[in-house]
Amino acid sequence: MAAYALRRLLQSIPLLLLVSLIAFGLMKLVPGDPAMVMGGPNATADEIDAIRRNLGLDRPFWVQLGAFYWNLAQGDLGRSLLLGQPVGAAIVERLPATISIALYSMGLTLVFGLSIGIVAALRHNTIVDQAAMVIALLGVSLPNFWVGLVLIVLFSVQLGWLPTGGYVAFGDDPVGWLRSATLPAVSLALLQIGLLARITRSAMLEVLRQDYIRTARAKGLSEWKVVGKHAFANVRIPVVTVIGLIFSVLLSGSVIVETVFSVPGMGALLGNAILRRDYPLIQGGLLFVAAALMLINLLVDILYAWCDPRVRIGGDAR
Amino acid sequence: MTAAPLLQVEGLTTLFRTGRGEVAAVEDVSFALAAGEVLGIVGESGSGKSVTALSVMGLLPEPPARIGAGRIRFEGRDLLAMPARERRALRGAAMGMVFQEPMTSLNPVFTVGDQIVETIRTHDRLPLSAARDRAVATLARVGIPSPARRMQDYPHQLSGGMRQRVMIAIALACAPRLLLADEPTTALDVTIQAQLLDLMRDLQTERGMGIVLITHNMGVIAEFADRVLVMYAGRVAEEAPVEALFDAPRHPYTVGLIGATPTLEGTGGALVTIPGTLPRLGDGLPGCGFAPRCLRATAACRAAPPPMVEVAPGHRVACLHWDRPTPGEARAPRVPA
Ligand SMILES: Nc1ncnc2c1ncn2[C@@H]1O[C@H](COP(=O)(O)OP(=O)(O)OP(=O)(O)O)[C@@H](O)[C@H]1O
Ligand code: SF4
Ligand SMILES: [Mg+2]
Repeated sequence: MAAYALRRLLQSIPLLLLVSLIAFGLMKLVPGDPAMVMGGPNATADEIDAIRRNLGLDRPFWVQLGAFYWNLAQGDLGRSLLLGQPVGAAIVERLPATISIALYSMGLTLVFGLSIGIVAALRHNTIVDQAAMVIALLGVSLPNFWVGLVLIVLFSVQLGWLPTGGYVAFGDDPVGWLRSATLPAVSLALLQIGLLARITRSAMLEVLRQDYIRTARAKGLSEWKVVGKHAFANVRIPVVTVIGLIFSVLLSGSVIVETVFSVPGMGALLGNAILRRDYPLIQGGLLFVAAALMLINLLVDILYAWCDPRVRIGGDAR
Repeated sequence: MTAAPLLQVEGLTTLFRTGRGEVAAVEDVSFALAAGEVLGIVGESGSGKSVTALSVMGLLPEPPARIGAGRIRFEGRDLLAMPARERRALRGAAMGMVFQEPMTSLNPVFTVGDQIVETIRTHDRLPLSAARDRAVATLARVGIPSPARRMQDYPHQLSGGMRQRVMIAIALACAPRLLLADEPTTALDVTIQAQLLDLMRDLQTERGMGIVLITHNMGVIAEFADRVLVMYAGRVAEEAPVEALFDAPRHPYTVGLIGATPTLEGTGGALVTIPGTLPRLGDGLPGCGFAPRCLRATAACRAAPPPMVEVAPGHRVACLHWDRPTPGEARAPRVPA
């Protein structure tokens, strides 16, 4: 298992190199002179020169590439033009908000997506099943910024239970965090709950048809054991793959939701960086997101192998 | 016969809800099994053998399945009237079942050991170590080499024959009094088939279980069964002690089956050698289901289902013309095995 994880980790290195090259190339792909684009139409020649020197654009290509990797190796992602702050520090500062909200909505997604899907499958072709699938369909079809706005109107403006926006760090005030993170997490989760419920339901229906479920019943196991142990252990396998995808989407889907709820997170940071053409920040963000997605994929693969002995222990019938 | 038989099935009718309405996969099936007896059930594919066994075990998914009529008694107790919890306590303990599909009947994500120990601990509240010991002993008994090591294997690491041995071990782990074996060897190759059947016979003499052995194979029936139930299109065509069945088959379908079996010892002799095919479920022939393929058929046969007649003690036939064999029908066309 550990060897498997290590192998997968090593396999992701070439991909990471490729992504970093793309991040570096980003600067080269900017049409025209990047320093002029960044400086904007009103910049003086001196200002543009300063930007150019700051970015090292006046040096030869290979020197630029070498410097890029040299800095990267030291964890230096450059300095944001907009914030005047190192890119790494800016990202680290915004990370907790995004990750904690993503984890919160992942938790909501798992609890509700799995249970709705399982109940629907167990009550297959009944009114319960149909109701669950209508709810799931609603979750899938409503855009999350719209859900966010509706939730704000309902719970913040009308009922006054939760704040309309902003973010309180968990470390500062856990209850405050919960209050500030709930609406963003719910509006992010809704779509994913719908997706996961549908996938769980069809996986469960498939598993319940299998011969080994009949065997479990033939052994005299309680229905709880049949479903909770024998069926669920097999439903997990397809679901784990989807969960990795869902978590990636939750992390990246935060751009809009963070804007709606004015949460100072990664999504808002990168959204702004793109709008304002803050190339070092975009570069850093791209690298960071790529690394995060790779890490998630790695975790999913490990979880997958852990769930399925046929993957973990190769080898066919002897 | 004073004591209640081990298993008594009376007028069992099992229905399936399908696109064409509810159809009977098994209709008015009756038989009895004494403790220590082996009842063979034969019949071609789709004749309702598995549905009969699954009805006894209570393993058919409802819906689409439904027991439409009849009674199933186990040691005198009415299984169909019993609360679900009591019936579940019998499953895997007093009655075990081995299925037709060894490759898919074990859960792929749990070890062999886990799957046996779980059965033992469900029914007998043993400490884990005692349950493990019993599991290892059972695996050893069904002929699995180095059973303690195999306990940690997952099903995909075992061959089909080994998996079926594990299934037999699971079924036997709690010393059932009734074993339902649904074509336990059909999916396996010939040498393994013979080994497993020998094993089942040894276990049967050793433990005195009642066994219902479902098979396609008249050779297996001749060798293992005490009594035989011949099924056709969901109904009982003939029931007889094994010698009577082979010496004096009365139902034209049975005659065909035996004629189609080259040797009793051989493992060949599939049932597909009688011309024609089973009617589709719910095709609603008003009379005898075998009439379209029967050389003796008359207008009376097509009018109403033939009643069951007892032609000798313990020998019952559902045929109007059981005493009027047609010359030539015993020489049913053979297909080389
Ligand atoms: N879940 C189901 N839904 C609808 N019909 C079913 C279902 N299970 C079985 N049947 C029908 O019941 C009939 C009897 O099937 P059964 O499995 O008992 O046959 P069998 O005698 O065991 O055949 P085989 O030798 O192929 O195992 C078949 O016509 C089959 O189509
Ligand atoms: S009842 Fe008639 S059709 Fe049916 S098996 Fe007997 S003779 Fe043939
Ligand atoms: Mg069958």
